[in-house]
Amino acid sequence: MPEAKPVLMQGNEACAVGAINAGVRFYAGYPITPSTEVAEQMAAMLPEIGGVFIQMEDEIASMAAVIGASIGGMRTLTATSGPGFSLKQENLGYAIMAEIPCVVINVQRMGPSTGVPTAPAQGDVMQARWGTHGDHPIIVFSPASVYESYYLTIAAVNLSQKLRQPVIVLLDEVIGHMREKVLIPEGKLMVEKTSDKQVPHDWKPYDDKGLTPLVPFGFGHYYHVTGLFHDQYGFPTGDPMQVERALDRIHEKLVKYRDEIILTNYIGHKEPRVAIVTYGCTVRSARAVVKKAYWQNRLPVGLLSLQTIWPFPEKEIEALAKQADVIIVPEMNMGQLVGEVERFARGEAKVVPLNRYDGEMINPDQISEEVGRWL
Amino acid sequence: MGNRQEILLTGAGGQGLILASIVLAAAAVDDNKNVVQTQSYGPEARGGASMAGVIIDVDTIEYPKVTKPTVLLCMNQTSFNKYLPKVGPDCLIIADSTFVSGPHSDEYKVQAFPITRSAKDELGREVVANMLALGVINAASGLIDREIFRNSIFKFAPRGSGELNQQAFDLGYRLFEEGSGQNNEASAQTP
Amino acid sequence: MEQLTQDFLRTKKLPHIWCPGCGNGIVTAALVRAIERTGFDQKDVVIVSGIGCSSRAAGYLNFNTLHTTHGRALSFATGLKMARPELKLFVIMGDGDCSAIGGNHFIHSARRNIDLNAIIVNNHIYGMTGGQHSPLTPAGKKATTAPRGTLERAFDLLELARGAGATFGARGNAAQPRQLEQLIVRAARHRGFSVVEALSPCPIAYGRRNKLGSAVDMLRDMKERSVSVERAADMDEAELEERTLNGVLYSIEAPEFAEAYYQSIGKDIG
Repeated sequence: MPEAKPVLMQGNEACAVGAINAGVRFYAGYPITPSTEVAEQMAAMLPEIGGVFIQMEDEIASMAAVIGASIGGMRTLTATSGPGFSLKQENLGYAIMAEIPCVVINVQRMGPSTGVPTAPAQGDVMQARWGTHGDHPIIVFSPASVYESYYLTIAAVNLSQKLRQPVIVLLDEVIGHMREKVLIPEGKLMVEKTSDKQVPHDWKPYDDKGLTPLVPFGFGHYYHVTGLFHDQYGFPTGDPMQVERALDRIHEKLVKYRDEIILTNYIGHKEPRVAIVTYGCTVRSARAVVKKAYWQNRLPVGLLSLQTIWPFPEKEIEALAKQADVIIVPEMNMGQLVGEVERFARGEAKVVPLNRYDGEMINPDQISEEVGRWL
Repeated sequence: MGNRQEILLTGAGGQGLILASIVLAAAAVDDNKNVVQTQSYGPEARGGASMAGVIIDVDTIEYPKVTKPTVLLCMNQTSFNKYLPKVGPDCLIIADSTFVSGPHSDEYKVQAFPITRSAKDELGREVVANMLALGVINAASGLIDREIFRNSIFKFAPRGSGELNQQAFDLGYRLFEEGSGQNNEASAQTP
Repeated sequence: MEQLTQDFLRTKKLPHIWCPGCGNGIVTAALVRAIERTGFDQKDVVIVSGIGCSSRAAGYLNFNTLHTTHGRALSFATGLKMARPELKLFVIMGDGDCSAIGGNHFIHSARRNIDLNAIIVNNHIYGMTGGQHSPLTPAGKKATTAPRGTLERAFDLLELARGAGATFGARGNAAQPRQLEQLIVRAARHRGFSVVEALSPCPIAYGRRNKLGSAVDMLRDMKERSVSVERAADMDEAELEERTLNGVLYSIEAPEFAEAYYQSIGKDIG
C-alpha cells in the first residue's frame, strides 16, 4: 500500500479527488445542489495540474462538452443532481451509442421535480438505468461512504475508458455531503492504461471484433462519430443486420466484462434467515443492524450491499435467495430496486420492501424492527 | 457503543458552527479517532437556523446522523428552545449566555458561558466565538487531546489568524475552568 | 467549376441525401474549398454538426467528423476545443438547430468568444422534419406548423451573435458560392467566435409552400436581394428594404477563450 494519511473528507470532494487520481483532466458542469462541491473542488484542482475546468451554460451543454473533450482524448467528468441529471439524459444516450467514455456523478436529491434540494433520497435508481431513450446498457455505482465515493469514482473512470462506456456514480445527499475520516494515498495516480500499443493500421472505431481503443481526434484517423446507428467505421446505417449488430455490440461488452463491473459485499450469517439487500447511504444503517444482530447476538441475519446497482447483480441475488427465507430491501424511495431483487429471487425467498420517502435517512431502528418481524 | 460521542452544534447561520464542526471533526481525525460530520444544508444554512453534528468513536461509525447527543452546544435562544427537549438527561449542554437566557430545569446539565461576549471583549473579534465554543466543549468533555486540537485549529484558520483562533480556543478552556467552580446556571437568568 | 479536393471528401459516401435543388451541397462545397485555401493540416480540422439536413454534411467530409445531438453541436465543440485547442473546428448547423434548440449554446459560445467557426445554413425552415417554421422563418411565411403564415418575428442571427459577443459575423448565400467561400476563409482565420450565416434554398419544404418557384428562382431571388455591406453604406433605408446584407458585417479583436484559459494556467497554446 502506498503511504496514506488519514484526512477528513466530504463525499463530493472524494469524487473529485478520485477523478483527478484516475487521470481526469476535464470537467464541465453546471451548479446544482447537492453536487456543487464536486465542481468547486475540480475548479480549484484542475488548473493546478494543467487540466480544464469549464462552467457551461446549462446541464445539457455540460454533458455535451464532456463528450467533446473525451473525443479529444481527455478523461472527463461532470456532476449533477436529479433535475440536471434529467437534462443530461439525451447526450448521455449519445455517449453510450457513440461509445465515448465519460463519468457522470449524480448526487441524488428528493424528487420529483425541484423536490427538496437538500433532502436525501434514492429516487434516481430507475432514472440512472432508463433515463435515456432506447435499449441501452449502463453502469451505475452507488457508494456508501466517503472512501467508496473515492474508489468507485476511480473505478468508474477506468472502466469507462476500458469499455468506452459512460459510467454513473450515484451518490445520495447523505454520502455526498457527509465528511468522514478516510485514508487516501496522496497524489497517487490510479490510471489504468486502456491501451498503450500503437494503433493498428486497420483500426476501426467500432470494430466488429470487439473492444477497440478510442483514437482521439487530431491524429489522422478520419472517422465519423454519430448518434445514428452506424457501421464499424462510424458511418450511419439503416441496414437491419447492421443495426442489430450495433445494438448487440454495446450490450455485449458489459456482459463480457461483468465480473469487473459488478461489485458487491456480503457480511453476516452464512445461511441467513433474513437478509438485507441495499445500496448507498442505507447500507450504513443496515450494517449497524447486522453488526448488532449477527456479530453481537449471533442471529441468522446478513447484508448484501451493492456497490454496483446496474447492471443488476442478478447472480448474487439468485444465490442469496437460495440461502435466505426473507430478503428485506430498504430504499429511500417508494420501491425501485426491490422489483429487480424480486425478479431475481425467483420465488426462492420472500422479498419485502422497506421504504422511506420523507426526506430523511432510513435509520437502524427501522431496519431492525423489520428484521425482527421475520426472524 | 459506550465510546460513541455525538456532538450537536446549534445556533444561527453566520455563527460559524459548520466550520466549528469541521474543525472538531478534523481534530478527531488528527487524534486518530473515527469521525463523521454532517450538517443541515440549504436556505436554512444561509441565515436562520444552523445545525451541525459530529460523531466520534473508536469503532467504525455506521449511521452518520446524531440521534442521542452526548454534547449539545446552543449558540442562540431559538436553538436552545428547540434542541433542549430532544436530548437526554446525561447530555452535556453548553449554552452561550450572550444569547441564551434559559429557562433551565433541573432535568438537564446546562452550563452557560458568555462565549460570544468574551470573544468580543477579550479578543476583540466576535467571529472567533466558534473556536472559543470548541475550547469550552473540549475542556468540559475531554473529547480530543488539547494540543492536537490546537494544532488542528491552526491548520484550518484563515492565513494569519491561526494564533487568534488558538487564543479563542484557550480562552474557552479558561472560561470553563473559571466557571466550573461556580453555579453556571445562575449566569443564565431564568425569566 | 474546378474539381474539389478529393482528399477532403468521402466520395464513397456519396451521393448525398439532399433533395434536388437544395443549397446544402453548394454550401458544403464552399466549405471544403475554404478549408483547402486556409492551408490547415487535414488532421487538425474537425467538422462538428448538429441535427438536420445540413448537418449531414459532416458524414461526407473526410476529416474527423462529429455529428452530435440536435442543437448541441457548439457545446460538443466547446469541450473538444478546450481539450485540444490546436484543432480547427467548423461547426455546421441549420437555422432551427442553431437558433431554436441550440440558441442558448449559440449566445454563450459568442459570449466566451471561443475560437469556433459556426456555419449556419439558413434555409428558413426545418427541412428534415418536413417544413416547420424556425426562428429564422420570416414573419408571414407559411410552414406546416404555420399554415396561415407565422406570426412570430425572425431573429437577425448576426445581430444576435454580435449582441452576445461574437467577434466575427458574415453573411453569404448559395447563389454566390465564391463569396461564401471567401467569407468562410476569413472566419477560419479570425481568432474568436466566428459566425457565417449561409442563406440556402429549400425549394421542397419552404419554397413550394410559399410559392417561391423553383430552386433556380430562389437562387436568383437570393442574389438579387443581396447587397454588399460596402454598397449598403451608400443606400438609404427605403433602398435597403427587402434586401439582405452580404459580406463581413463585423470583425473585431477580443481575447479568445481557449487561449485565455490556457494562458491563465501557464500553458502556451501558440
